[in-house]
Amino acid sequence: MSANSNVPPPLDRFSQPDPGGHFGSYGGVFVPETLMTALKELGEAYDVARKDPAFINELRLHLKEFAGRPTQLYFAERLTQHAGGAKIYLKREDLLHTGAHKINNALAQALLAKRMGKKRIIAETGAGQHGVATAAACAKFGLECVVYMGAHDMERQALNVFRMRLMGAEVRGVEAGQKTLKEAINEAMRDWVTNVRATHYILGTAYGAHPYPMMVRDFHRVIGQEAKEQILAREGRLPDELIACVGGGSNAIGLFFEFLEDLGVKMTGVEAGGHGIKRGEHAARFAGGRLGVLQGCKTFLLQDADGQIELTHSVSAGLDYAAVGPEHAFYRDRGRIQFAYATDDEVLETFQLCSRLEGIIPALESTHALVEGLKRAKSLSKDKVIIVNLSGRGDKDVQQVQAMLAKK
Amino acid sequence: MSRLTAAFDRARSENRAAFVAYLCAGDPDFESSVAACRALLANGVDVLELGVPFSDPLADGLTNQLAAQRALEGGMTAARVFELVRKLRETSQVPVVFYTYYNLVFSQGVEAYVREARAAGVDALLTLDLPPEEAGELIAACRQHGLDTVFIVAPTTPESRLQVIAAAATGFIYYVSREGVTGVRDQVAQDIPAAVARIKRHTSLPVAVGFGISTRAQVAEVGAAADGVVVGSALVNCIRDNLRDRSRIAPVLAAKAAELSAGVKRTRA
Ligand SMILES: Cc1ncc(COP(=O)(O)O)c(C=O)c1O
Repeated sequence: MSANSNVPPPLDRFSQPDPGGHFGSYGGVFVPETLMTALKELGEAYDVARKDPAFINELRLHLKEFAGRPTQLYFAERLTQHAGGAKIYLKREDLLHTGAHKINNALAQALLAKRMGKKRIIAETGAGQHGVATAAACAKFGLECVVYMGAHDMERQALNVFRMRLMGAEVRGVEAGQKTLKEAINEAMRDWVTNVRATHYILGTAYGAHPYPMMVRDFHRVIGQEAKEQILAREGRLPDELIACVGGGSNAIGLFFEFLEDLGVKMTGVEAGGHGIKRGEHAARFAGGRLGVLQGCKTFLLQDADGQIELTHSVSAGLDYAAVGPEHAFYRDRGRIQFAYATDDEVLETFQLCSRLEGIIPALESTHALVEGLKRAKSLSKDKVIIVNLSGRGDKDVQQVQAMLAKK
Repeated sequence: MSRLTAAFDRARSENRAAFVAYLCAGDPDFESSVAACRALLANGVDVLELGVPFSDPLADGLTNQLAAQRALEGGMTAARVFELVRKLRETSQVPVVFYTYYNLVFSQGVEAYVREARAAGVDALLTLDLPPEEAGELIAACRQHGLDTVFIVAPTTPESRLQVIAAAATGFIYYVSREGVTGVRDQVAQDIPAAVARIKRHTSLPVAVGFGISTRAQVAEVGAAADGVVVGSALVNCIRDNLRDRSRIAPVLAAKAAELSAGVKRTRA
């Protein structure tokens, strides 16, 4: 027997997914028959577009002129001092137009929809950032836009509801279940099943049926491409660690992808620990979940013994979701991406700390990554370098945080 | 021959379409649901489709979503769903098809679930969010334990996929006559005869048609073109409308099933 028969093949970041959308045993296509053809057409259209210089150049132009790319890689001097260890850099996706990384994907998919001749766009949103980004892209390209949002999220992210409506989107509240992101996705999929021929569904995270996890990842790869160039220019070397929050997983895989083969760069995804890892009190799928199938793909899910999807909780609407993107599950198995979680209390504290020390108000989602970033920095020596993805700004969260602090 | 095949054969020998009725298992509670199913079985139902309640039924319209929610709130579990089938089997040999979502099967271990379903008296699985491309494990388990695997064809299904679906399906093929989720519609789709003919070029299986059928006239119209007619939301609504006095559910459903199943009796000359 060959001595190295147990050694996994060298990591090739372009080897995933396979043509059926599988990342190892995760991913795939688990949807009603009515959507199978639409997904196939989408995959084909994307495959042509991504190789078409006209599409690539037009997207690049919009990302620059409309969204404001490239974003800065910012040395967070006072957070670094506070932690007293490794240097902390922030990838400033919060500086993008509409306030989060979500615009990278929304612009790209809207452009793709236009190419496909689809005039009506639907989207789901949790925190409202993907909804706002989609509404902005649709306004810009003159597309009809309907956004599904859980009624509970509409309350806690009221500002974003108003922004979407200002930009001409119709926001439809979803009253089912726990009235958050999962129910919004169910409703968006029902709409798509009903109106599939003329409608494109702009899914907002690296989740769902193929080609979404791959396509959304690709549209966010620019985050890691820029960060790599920027850190090499600034520090003359690769970072020691990358840290990003993980809802479905789009901002995280967007930052990580370019570094996957640089095995010296440690990567950590941070999930929502909510009130702690107890049933129904968190959204840390890798801490409390197991393999299952939900909303288009096979992955880690929070579910009960019968396979019913469990309730979730997080202070941040954008991470409050029972499933995680399949590519993250794949690289976790390989030991390439680690996972941690941050609790609501830690997040609330760090939200204020970052605001006070850096003059930057982070989104509650992104603050999960900051919590872990500070812990890691503390444990490392001063010559180490960490990049934290600041996936969005916290303007949308200030009312919620104000109310929470008043209660304390 | 499977019970399902026998049921379609019998209907054909009587020159009519089979009447396929849908209810959500355990809606609104276990005992009422047993009575509701028995009321259907006594009134012209050839095949019973039992929805297995799922927390996230994304292919279902509001009627079925609320039914699943009632069932789950009423205490339905995976074990209770099997118990319901065993209860029905005490008095009936009508084929039972589980209308379900894949996580409810996958999370239990596919082979273990199929074995348990068979033991309880289930005849077939129709898994809404499982296309044939991903169904290898389920199909193998069903073949091993003698369950039929029903698959859906939609108006958006192209010719090239019909072969894939026909190769994976046994028992019957379910044609959903509309793009969209389950629910009652005013009019049935126009092009059903052509769609059924298109499917039949790829399979010798019976083709049942559903989604939105709610009146006897619609049953008759669809039954003239298809081997089976599926009625769901119109029956579920009989439960929804009688929640305050649950003893009324079974008699109301009995009358409704008798009225609708009469539609298939007159389907062919
Ligand atoms: C600012 C921000 N970061 C992160 C997320 C989580 O999504 P993902 O894991 O796809 O990056 C959201 C989602 O709403 C968000 O608004």
